[in-house]
Amino acid sequence: MKENKEKRSGNYLRAIGAVAWKDLAAELRSKELLSAMLVFALLVIFIFNFSLELDAKTRNSVTSGVLWATFAFAGTLGLNRSMAIEKDRGCLDGLLLAPVDRSAIYFGKAISNLTFMLIVEAIVLPVYSLLYNTNLFQPGLILVILLGSVGYTAVGTLLSAMSVQTRTRDVMLPILLFPIILPVIIAAVRASGGYLQNLPFDQILPWLNLLIVYDVIFTAIAFMVFDYVVEE
Amino acid sequence: MKSKPTALKTLDIVSLILLAVATYLALVFAPTERVMGDVQRVFYFHVATAWVGLLGFVAAGVSGVIYLKTQNLKWDLVEQAAVEISLVFFFITIVLGSIWARPIWNTWWTWDPRLTSASIVELIYLAYLMLRQGIEDPDRRARFGAVYTLVGAVSVPITFISIRLFRSIHPILDSGQNAGAGETMGLTGDMKIAFFFALFAFTVIFIDLFWNRIRLGQLQQKVEQLKLKVME
Repeated sequence: MKENKEKRSGNYLRAIGAVAWKDLAAELRSKELLSAMLVFALLVIFIFNFSLELDAKTRNSVTSGVLWATFAFAGTLGLNRSMAIEKDRGCLDGLLLAPVDRSAIYFGKAISNLTFMLIVEAIVLPVYSLLYNTNLFQPGLILVILLGSVGYTAVGTLLSAMSVQTRTRDVMLPILLFPIILPVIIAAVRASGGYLQNLPFDQILPWLNLLIVYDVIFTAIAFMVFDYVVEE
Repeated sequence: MKSKPTALKTLDIVSLILLAVATYLALVFAPTERVMGDVQRVFYFHVATAWVGLLGFVAAGVSGVIYLKTQNLKWDLVEQAAVEISLVFFFITIVLGSIWARPIWNTWWTWDPRLTSASIVELIYLAYLMLRQGIEDPDRRARFGAVYTLVGAVSVPITFISIRLFRSIHPILDSGQNAGAGETMGLTGDMKIAFFFALFAFTVIFIDLFWNRIRLGQLQQKVEQLKLKVME
């Protein structure tokens, strides 16, 4: 009995790994998605630079906001693309036929989306540090980015699976996603701003807690309802 | 074609009368507030419409969950009716609130938790309607709608809390810290009558609209079925 259970959970994890690995391997070869997200993210930073006049004084207070707006915009690009590929080439139907739990597909997609986002963030951070001569490599900030990205992709993967099946697909995702993702943006901007301005930890902690709560709740919800989103 | 049930007809008339009485109580019967003057009279309908918006919001979330559990399209109608009522009434709330806020706060708008949460609900429900418009298949439309109202119902309270972590300037009627005084805004006896009557009247109006809207949805469904029959 116990062995059986272990075998099942082993299979489940392997299915998640397989779905995530499929995406990563495809991306390693084509590099379409990552390059598009990256160039887009850099362009957003440029637009912010000229629309906000990021001089040394204002920069301190708006850096975290600029970073998160950049991640949010670049993120929708990646989420849209990663689901559209599945839909267009009929891969989604193939995945659904596979004898694995549907939620394994969700977690696989979420992990690959998260990886793409983290890669983009890992490149944007040093570029931003370089352009504006600030040091963004603080462990606290990296933790916030990780937590924020988890929440973002947890909801984003679920909603992109929905938006890709509508008539207006690409347009739909940001409209569905942004009002839902607002708590993540608020908490992440506050927490990152706190680390960048060296605020005491007890002022940052509530925002970190909020991020963790959001991540847990929405991962659980997505896990429960993903079945209904891909059902034929 | 079934004609309108008598109970519903009666309820229509009762709601109209209640609305008229509530208007009288708010505009004539209630005493003029000493500090704020006549503009305070907006408050009676402001809170009552917000209450209806909230009822619709809760009803939408609950019927979304029930739909996912039962897969019965009846609940999809209920959910849609609740969403539409909530959308309209929160909009009225925001407009009335702005009318009050302009002379009192000296601004039409502020990023306070309640204002922001109400407007986020508006955005989520607009996205909901757009999402539904983009899907042809009624089952899928119902499933996606239910998933999205569920996600929205969970996310809005988190948004509220996250904005609450900043300070708020919105008056709170029943604040815990001021338990002795009861209310921080201080309602006199006649004001309380107008206030609670408005709440009651709008609750009845909510039930009436809800019922009418669900009936409309059922009729729509019937028309669609008849159309299909004719086409065959």
